[in-house]
Amino acid sequence: MSYHFNFAPILAQWPLLLSGIGLGLLLALVSIAIGSLLGLVVAFATRAPSRWLAGLAFAWISTLRNLPILVIVLFLFFGMPQLGLSLDKINSFILALSLYTSAYMAEVFRAGLLSVPPGLIEAGQAIGLTRSRIQRDIVLPIMFRNALPAFGNNFVSLFKDTSLAATIAVPELTYYARKINSETFRVIEVWLVASLLYIVCCYAITLILRALEKRLVLEAN
Amino acid sequence: MQWDYFFDQVLSHRDALLQGTAVTIGVSLSAIVAGTLLGIAIGVAVTYGIKPLRWPARAYIDIIRGTPVLVLVLATFYISSAVGLDLGAFQAGVLALTLFCASHVGEILRGALQALPRGQIEAGRAIGLTFGGIFRHILFPQALRYALPTWITAAVEMVKASTLLSVIGVAELLLTTQQIISNNFLNMQFYLLAGLIYFLIDFAIEQVGRYVGRRLDRPARRTT
Repeated sequence: MSYHFNFAPILAQWPLLLSGIGLGLLLALVSIAIGSLLGLVVAFATRAPSRWLAGLAFAWISTLRNLPILVIVLFLFFGMPQLGLSLDKINSFILALSLYTSAYMAEVFRAGLLSVPPGLIEAGQAIGLTRSRIQRDIVLPIMFRNALPAFGNNFVSLFKDTSLAATIAVPELTYYARKINSETFRVIEVWLVASLLYIVCCYAITLILRALEKRLVLEAN
Repeated sequence: MQWDYFFDQVLSHRDALLQGTAVTIGVSLSAIVAGTLLGIAIGVAVTYGIKPLRWPARAYIDIIRGTPVLVLVLATFYISSAVGLDLGAFQAGVLALTLFCASHVGEILRGALQALPRGQIEAGRAIGLTFGGIFRHILFPQALRYALPTWITAAVEMVKASTLLSVIGVAELLLTTQQIISNNFLNMQFYLLAGLIYFLIDFAIEQVGRYVGRRLDRPARRTT
C-alpha cells in the first residue's frame, strides 16, 4: 500500500489533456446548439393542435430520455452504416449527443412555455398583435428566461456526457486519460487530474451561466 | 432475409441476452439500494450536520457530480487495483455507480429537506422529540413525497449509467450485445434490440414512479 505520487509523467502530457478538454467543450457546444433548436421545435410540437403531431413529440421525448446515451452513440456509429449513413466518429457522436439532448431541452422549453402567464398572451391579442408576433415578442423571451437555469444544468450534464466519445476513440479528455493511464501506469494521478479538469470546467460553466441569469433578471427589472 | 437471420440469431442467443439483462437489472438495483442508503446519510449530513460533517458531505456531492460517470467507473476500476484492493470489474463497477447514485440522492434529499418549513423542527422540539424522532416522524415522510419523482428519475439514470460498465468488461446487456454483434455483424439490429430492452426497463420504472407519485399526492391535496 505504499504508493508514491508522481505527477510529472501526467504534466508532461498537459497539452494533450488540454486539447482533449477543448474538444469536449466544442462537442458540447455544437450539440447543445443543435439539440436546443431541435428541442424547441419538439416543445412547440407538444402543444400543436394536431393530436398526431403532439403524440409524436411526446414519443420523441420519452424514447430518447429512456435510452442510454452509450447505446445511441454505438447505434449511430456502428449501426447506421448498414442503412447507408456513414458519418465519421466526431459527426456521428455530435448527432448522438444532439438527439439525446434535444429530448431534455424539449422538456425544459415545454416547462418554460407552460410558465408563460396566459394573461400576457391575452394582453398581446388585446392590443392587436398577430399570432406570430405574440409568439416572437411575448412567449419566446419569457420562455427563454424561465428555461435558463434548467438549460444550464443540461449543458453541464451534456459536457460530462462528452466523455463517452472515448468509447468510439474520439480524442477527448477521457480518451487521453485512458491512454496515459496505460502508457505510464500513474493510475491514481491521471484519474485525479482528469476528474479535477472536469470538475473545474463544470464549475466554470455553472458560474458563467449563473452570471448570465443574474444579468437577464436585472434587465427584466 | 437479413431480418430472418436476425430473428434466428436472437433465438440462438436468447440465454445470453436474458443473462445480460439480468446482470443489468442486478447491477442497477444494487447500486440504487446502496447508493440511496449512503445518499440519505449524506443528504442529512449536508442539511443538518455540524460543520465537520457538513463540509465533507458537500464536497463529496460536488466532486462526484462534477465528474462524468465514465471517468468515475474507469477511475474506480483502475485505482482499486493499483492500491491493492482486489475488486473485480463487477464490484468496482457497482461501487462506482453506488458512489454516483449517493451523490444524486444526497442532493435530492437536501433539496427536499430544505423545502420543509423550519417551524416543523421547532414544533417537534417543543413536544419533546429528539432529532432522530423529528427526522423519522416529521421530516423524512414529507421529504419523501417531495423527493420521490426526482428519485425515480435518478433510478432511470442508474440503469442508463450501468451501460458504462461494459467499458471495463462487466458482461451486462450492452457488452453481451457487443459480443453477439462480433459474431454475426448485425450491428444495427442488435443495438436496436438492446435499446428496446433498456427503453422497456426505464419506461417501466418511470410508469411505476408516476403511479406512486399520484398515490402520494392525493391525500396531501385533499387535506389542503
